[in-house]
Amino acid sequence: MDFAFRLNGEDRVATGTPTTTLLDWLRETAGLTGTKEGCNEGDCGACTVMVTDEDGARALNACILFLPQIAGKSIRTVEGMAGPDGSLHPVQSEMIAHHGSQCGFCTPGFIVSMATAHLNGARDHDDQLAGNLCRCTGYAPIIRAAKAAEGTPVPAWMTDNVPKGTATPLRPTSSDELAEWYATHPKGTLIAGATDVGLWVTKDFRELGDVAFVAGCADLRRIVNKGDSMHVGAAVTMTELLTAIRDIHPSYAELIRRYGSVQVRNAATIGGSIANGSPIGDNAPALIALDAQMHLRNGDAQRTIDVEDFFIDYGQQDRAEGEFVTGFDITTAAPNLRCYKLSKRFDQDISAVCGAFNLDVSDGVITAARIAFGGMAGTPKRAEAVEAALIGQAFTAEAVQSALPAFHEDFKPLSDMRASAEYRMVTAQNMLVRYQMELSGQAISALEVRA
Amino acid sequence: MSVGKPLPHDAAALHVTGAARYVDDIPTPADTLHLAFGLSSVARGSIREMDLAKVRSHPGVVAVLTAKDLPHANDVSPSVHDEPLLSDGAIHYKGQPIFCVAATSHLAARHAARRGQIDYDQIAPILTIDQALDADSRFEKGPLIWTKGDVEPAISAAPHQLSGSIEMGGQEHFYLEGQAALALPQEGGDMVVHASTQHPTEIQHKVAEALGVPMHAVRVETRRMGGGFGGKESQGNALAVATAIVAAQTGRPCKMRYDRDDDMIITGKRHDFRISYTVGFDDTGRITGVDFTQYARCGWAQDLSLPVADRAMLHADNAYDLPTCRITSHRLKTNTQSATAFRGFGGPQGMLGIERVMDDIARKLGKDPLDVRRVNYYAAMETKAEPGRGKRFGGTYSPKPAQTSNLTPYGMAVEDFILHEMTDALASSADYSARKAAIAQWNAENPVLKRGIALTPVKFGISFTLSHLNQAGALVHVYQDGSIHLNHGGTEMGQGLFQKVAQVAAARFGVSPETVKITATDTGKVPNTSATAASSGSDLNGMAVANACDTIRDRIASCVAEVQDVAAQDVLFDNGEVIAGNARLSFADAAMLAYTHRVSLSATGFYKTPDLAWDRIKGTGRPFFYFAQGAAVTEVVIDTLTGENRILRTDILHDAGASLNPALDIGQIEGGYVQGAGWLTTEELVWDDEGTLRTHAPSTYKIPACSDRPDVFNVSLWDAPNPAQTIYRSKAVGEPPFMLGMSAFFALADAASACGPHDPALMAPATAEAVLAAVTRAKG
Repeated sequence: MDFAFRLNGEDRVATGTPTTTLLDWLRETAGLTGTKEGCNEGDCGACTVMVTDEDGARALNACILFLPQIAGKSIRTVEGMAGPDGSLHPVQSEMIAHHGSQCGFCTPGFIVSMATAHLNGARDHDDQLAGNLCRCTGYAPIIRAAKAAEGTPVPAWMTDNVPKGTATPLRPTSSDELAEWYATHPKGTLIAGATDVGLWVTKDFRELGDVAFVAGCADLRRIVNKGDSMHVGAAVTMTELLTAIRDIHPSYAELIRRYGSVQVRNAATIGGSIANGSPIGDNAPALIALDAQMHLRNGDAQRTIDVEDFFIDYGQQDRAEGEFVTGFDITTAAPNLRCYKLSKRFDQDISAVCGAFNLDVSDGVITAARIAFGGMAGTPKRAEAVEAALIGQAFTAEAVQSALPAFHEDFKPLSDMRASAEYRMVTAQNMLVRYQMELSGQAISALEVRA
Repeated sequence: MSVGKPLPHDAAALHVTGAARYVDDIPTPADTLHLAFGLSSVARGSIREMDLAKVRSHPGVVAVLTAKDLPHANDVSPSVHDEPLLSDGAIHYKGQPIFCVAATSHLAARHAARRGQIDYDQIAPILTIDQALDADSRFEKGPLIWTKGDVEPAISAAPHQLSGSIEMGGQEHFYLEGQAALALPQEGGDMVVHASTQHPTEIQHKVAEALGVPMHAVRVETRRMGGGFGGKESQGNALAVATAIVAAQTGRPCKMRYDRDDDMIITGKRHDFRISYTVGFDDTGRITGVDFTQYARCGWAQDLSLPVADRAMLHADNAYDLPTCRITSHRLKTNTQSATAFRGFGGPQGMLGIERVMDDIARKLGKDPLDVRRVNYYAAMETKAEPGRGKRFGGTYSPKPAQTSNLTPYGMAVEDFILHEMTDALASSADYSARKAAIAQWNAENPVLKRGIALTPVKFGISFTLSHLNQAGALVHVYQDGSIHLNHGGTEMGQGLFQKVAQVAAARFGVSPETVKITATDTGKVPNTSATAASSGSDLNGMAVANACDTIRDRIASCVAEVQDVAAQDVLFDNGEVIAGNARLSFADAAMLAYTHRVSLSATGFYKTPDLAWDRIKGTGRPFFYFAQGAAVTEVVIDTLTGENRILRTDILHDAGASLNPALDIGQIEGGYVQGAGWLTTEELVWDDEGTLRTHAPSTYKIPACSDRPDVFNVSLWDAPNPAQTIYRSKAVGEPPFMLGMSAFFALADAASACGPHDPALMAPATAEAVLAAVTRAKG
């Protein structure tokens, strides 16, 4: 199968299967070995490339980026960061000047992430580079370089045009097209950002059979603000969602800031994160606490359910064969929503426990409660007994304390490499303690403390 | 002079443009084969039946090898021939290579390698320290024990005693470039191997054994690694040997690189340790005697575990004069990956034991841990005028030992101790005392979040403890145009060794560093090299290169002197010129002059570290040429509801002697600190009860990310020449800063201590879960 795109300013055609990764094609076919394979699962960023399409330029991990995902777009690799005459990009010269490379293996990925952030005017360097691991430098000189390059002009060669009229095989352009395809290929695999499916291929060697890539469905990529609620299409990326809810649900936005990395959020979609049924995805607890609804479509049939009801059991969701998620309706009014993500590392780590709390408090009394957790059961799950213990009580530290035993009715968490069952239980309880403290104005975030 | 300048890494421009070539980037001939190992799925037992038909029939597969297909040695051990390349029938850990697939692509080889059908006769694996002790499963016959003085009476007669124990996890190297090797068969059965290795000579040696050829038939080349950290000292042997064997058998080039998960599942990591201790001390906290028992979990093969465990014993004192001491070291054999070299090489584990003792004493006495540390420090070096100008021993200006014996537990006099001054300077620049008081105040006002602060020192012994390894060779050519070709036995893994040594070479010839061409490490140019390890790279190779350069320089000087009719010793090499009396030649003209006068412009250089004598069984002698020192203050905050924690500020003062390149040295210090702090915080290796490593990818094993570095990060060099006669009086800097990360760990313990009066007994790594457990213990 052929896939046409632009690479470092030149039109190219790559021949491969629908699950050939861009990284393998770059290194093994195109002979561009500057882009490195560090982990082959989207966690280290050594393979970062810049992808430009109608929505602008963004950094993506090439190791879990399939050729159909880049057809019709412009790709810029580390080999395309310096100008045609060899003059260095400002982030390249600053990285040299500030001793930002040691072994140099992660460096191409850093350069591409930094240059993409530079192009987009982003200066939140810790967030921009959370998806690039370096084992040598301790990051300090890299951040010095990124700061030094702030405000330098974007080199002309960095602005890529999007090739027009290129074929985009396996990428339906609307949900109607997708529905038709899925109806005829009900055993097929839908791929959105491939941040999960990518690993099925690179690590598990799964044969995916027929595939369709949903990110081209324009109507699934919309965010529509309807006043008291917002509609978010299933193919909206986590980056886009983060931007859309930053002012509406700041705590959920902060959760998403720590969700994966820039490269992962640029690919991952909200629909994919729910549809894959993961018990440890961070969107589900937030959406359940927000009482969000999700829309599903099967052929021409459409239905709407609560996100909460989608998760039936571990590995089992309320989704029929041939049915796919089209979007979500999320309330815009939840001033008491707080989301707490607990992981070994703050950035780019999968949660051991993720708790989302949304209480209605009227005259100091809890009138409604939606509390949901990830990592505490085989599915994302509401803490119904805890909610029941809270409703009708005054919202005080004492009431919280007396509700804590109810956690044992709601959850029997497991031990794994991320945390022990006991730790999960006590921290889930403590998140409720933290929630009450935060809403009563106490300092609770270690992330906000400065030396 | 080029030495001492903060020049960029020699390959920086190649790094940032993606042009720097690693093993997997080397263009390969079209018929290159790609290898992958089939791995055991159980931790212990034997192979009952193996059916590889589906592997052989997988598209693209060209050959499948098992142990019986190996023509000569089936061994990739760097030490005692106990590490078969492919299982000889016995299974020692989950992830052990059993068969090897050669296919036309990397992907085909990986896919095929999963298709083996293997039945095992399983035996319950020995996984933990306690299981190994129960089974008496160990390397060496019994524990190694070193003693200084009569420890029991010294402890029992002391005004105070305490006992405790600390568990500390291992660490995955997580070099960004996974293990890789490329073998290119040559005429007449010779083999060229490109390997990502810290030890090309070891690769050459193991490949020669495996092919049944003399070492001269194998040439190994290493231009650079994408990180090593000790993980490429011995762990690359398997890939190089496998590619060489298949290349010899098929006549085709062979490449192998581990996918990240395979890399983490197959290769060794830092040893995890338990250290228990009993200590006696007086009212000031001064130790009278301490009894350590160190338990090292070594994994299935001996590899480098004995010298690692030795080095843990050698650093059981860290910076402290222990009047009496006993160190008992158990080297336990378990059915897990064979633990191996990792930056610090046991030193970090040994130090963490004594630093925990310092903390415990301080808590028991209600003192600032820094005061307890200071009162136990070795006595200061007595320096005469003009430091660094005297001979190491017996000269007028040589450093003299101070008042007490100042003997380490292994009987070596500590003659160069500078941590008193360094600690004072750092405590002052970091405002330690005022901040400690402010933190106590802040903690009193904050119920949920608590801060902590700690200052910890590092004194790290420099030299290979296997004394004969302390040698190095170099090969230098000066061409007739005055350009210089530099080669030595050290390898470049990112530490900037090549740049530092090039600066040395440039300085010897008085030319700019651009005149010097840095070339790949090559066993055909410099033979019998030691691993680039033990922080020794610039000490050993810098000196060998200086010697080679001086040989050529003296020949040029003699030639120029003769032509100009001046004395050879009056010929100067400076600023790209050779100056002889009134004559000034460019270095290029001088080289041409020497060439036309038929003067050899090529020389080897050699160096061996002087004054070493060491008996590792008795634990006595002088294993180290000198000590590198440093100290760090770290401030942290913890969340007492979850144990989440962050480093807020770190101040470091580190001793790199007279730095060869301050920018590269600061890079080693910043990077070493963050890596050390990672070891003690977020980096947790988890095995399940069946011996499966559950943290085998960056999704589950968390090295520090960008935002984990300290918000405020002040690093300074202690600017004083090394009293020992090292190259330009510099000091080794590769490993020592790693152990500065201990200050983060003890700051976390300090924060946990703010939650209650009891011993938080923080265990490493101090994950959020471990910190919360410590908070709970502190509350009692």
